[in-house]
Amino acid sequence: MTTVTTLYAARRARRSTAGSRSLKPWYRNGSLVAGIVIVGLLVLAALLAPVLSPYDPIKQDLVNALAPPSSTHLLGTDKFGRDVLSRLLWGARVDLRVGFIAVLIPFVIGTVVGGVAGYFGGWLDTVLMRIVDVFFAFPFYVMVIVLVFVLGSGEASIYIAIAAVSWVSYAKIVRGEVLVAKEQDYVVAARLGGLSHARILVRHIGPNVLSQAIIYGMSDIVMDIMAIVTLGYLGLGIAPPTAEWGSIISDGQEFITTQWQQATIPGLAVVVTSLGLSWLGDGLSDLLSPERRK
Amino acid sequence: MLHRLSFVPGRLLQSVPVAFGVTLLVFFLAHLLPGNAALALLGQRATPESVAALTEQLGLNKPLWEQYLLFLKQLGQGNLGTSLTYQSPVTGLVLGAIPVTLTLLAYALVLSLAISIPLSALASFRPGGGRDLGVRAFTLLGQGMPQFWVGIMLILLLAVGLRTFPVGGYGETAGEHLYFLFLPSLTLAIAMSPTIIRSLRSSMITVLESDYVGTAKSKGASGVSLLTGHVLRNAAIPTVSVIGVNLGYLVGGSLVIERVFALPGLGSLMINSIFTRDFPTVQGVTLFVALFVVVVGILTDVIYTILDPRVDLGRASSA
Repeated sequence: MTTVTTLYAARRARRSTAGSRSLKPWYRNGSLVAGIVIVGLLVLAALLAPVLSPYDPIKQDLVNALAPPSSTHLLGTDKFGRDVLSRLLWGARVDLRVGFIAVLIPFVIGTVVGGVAGYFGGWLDTVLMRIVDVFFAFPFYVMVIVLVFVLGSGEASIYIAIAAVSWVSYAKIVRGEVLVAKEQDYVVAARLGGLSHARILVRHIGPNVLSQAIIYGMSDIVMDIMAIVTLGYLGLGIAPPTAEWGSIISDGQEFITTQWQQATIPGLAVVVTSLGLSWLGDGLSDLLSPERRK
Repeated sequence: MLHRLSFVPGRLLQSVPVAFGVTLLVFFLAHLLPGNAALALLGQRATPESVAALTEQLGLNKPLWEQYLLFLKQLGQGNLGTSLTYQSPVTGLVLGAIPVTLTLLAYALVLSLAISIPLSALASFRPGGGRDLGVRAFTLLGQGMPQFWVGIMLILLLAVGLRTFPVGGYGETAGEHLYFLFLPSLTLAIAMSPTIIRSLRSSMITVLESDYVGTAKSKGASGVSLLTGHVLRNAAIPTVSVIGVNLGYLVGGSLVIERVFALPGLGSLMINSIFTRDFPTVQGVTLFVALFVVVVGILTDVIYTILDPRVDLGRASSA
């Protein structure tokens, strides 16, 4: 076989194994559709918060503090007289935005480290995986809380803290996938064809191993949103008075006996968000790697 | 039996670099503080004298490698430094908080199993049936709820609404501990069980399809006797490692839950210290928790080997 035909075979094999392999069309995939609808509606609510919110989310109205739900304030007001519904809608902007952005950095770092470790193996793999083990020893919340403390509160610290903790999971997943993929014929063919390691990793192995990382990423967004909400609840996250679901729950907890809806509703918003993202993840997993499903 | 545990020394040796890495990472946390660490920590309380004193205490005026060696040396003596707020050794504070957190973790683990085993059994007897779907809905919800919010909802329902449990605190006697810790443990158990159920359900389905269960059924075993006598013991094995891997997650969750229920454990110690910017205490708790997770990882491997005669980690790693 000439180099050119070897390369061609490698390319075709890569094409046929990459991308969609599902038998049924995407719109027949129940979880995927449910996930898209829920996440879509939430994103829409977040984007339209300035239009949809009846009040300014941070404007205080102390005369009307702790008003019960009524036609003017559907979810009542908090201890500063701020409209809870408006804060909920504006909170979606913060929590969803930070959650979606936070997942990107660890995805990239973890994928590169896992890919390199799995592909080259040897001492590099050993060293990188030992580093992964070190980071793995720190429970997610412990590391995130400590890093946000050390770096100072604020959005940038949250991104760095989450990235520092969650890249390890991507590294483990991608490494495992690459270990399998690099023994496949199409990779062997590409190597025999004399392609560079970088090109094989990025263009041949990459598309085939990314799907697992993307599927994991969906559940990771849920983890990140939980972390942001938890940090907000603990008073370590996005600084007040910015509306954020965790801090709304924390404010509401004080008045749980009289104003139960204040702590309850933002939590339900988190539940709906995570259900939507879980279904989206399940649906994507069906679409991207049907052979792994039972 | 004993020869199968021959992997333990090797496994311990393998954890040594990880443990060193953990200490190194915790050590460097102080250097992530922006600008002069001592100044950043003291904030408005800073005077030239107090900055100099804290710089001395944290050893920030020495070369980096010397600081790390000093840190390790003190660690070897069980010295985690002196708390800035309490002016007492961090080791003592951590040791005082450990019983609360450990009891909470053990209690949560027991409750998770009390929830997971019956629900997995219910789901696995007829996969795809109504009960299975119900259990699936529980696992989806359980993973989608923020843990601290579950705690608040339990307080709302059971402590404020029905007045059956206290809203927080730890109690004085052992009996009171069990009573006071019930809601926080249940909160953690609700967060932990979905992971256990997923693993246990799928391994139970596999075991239920096996020949020896068919034999047991034909000999008249059914229901609970089939479950406890034949299915559970084999189905439990993969779940042990799933629990081990997720124990770190449980530990992290317990730190947050302690805040919700005002429990005087490691989590409250850590978060209170964050608010008072008591860096040595934060560092001490972080280091302790991470080393604890490393030890749990080793213990899980040992338990796994004892439970399943087919597992031979010593051979697997040498092959």
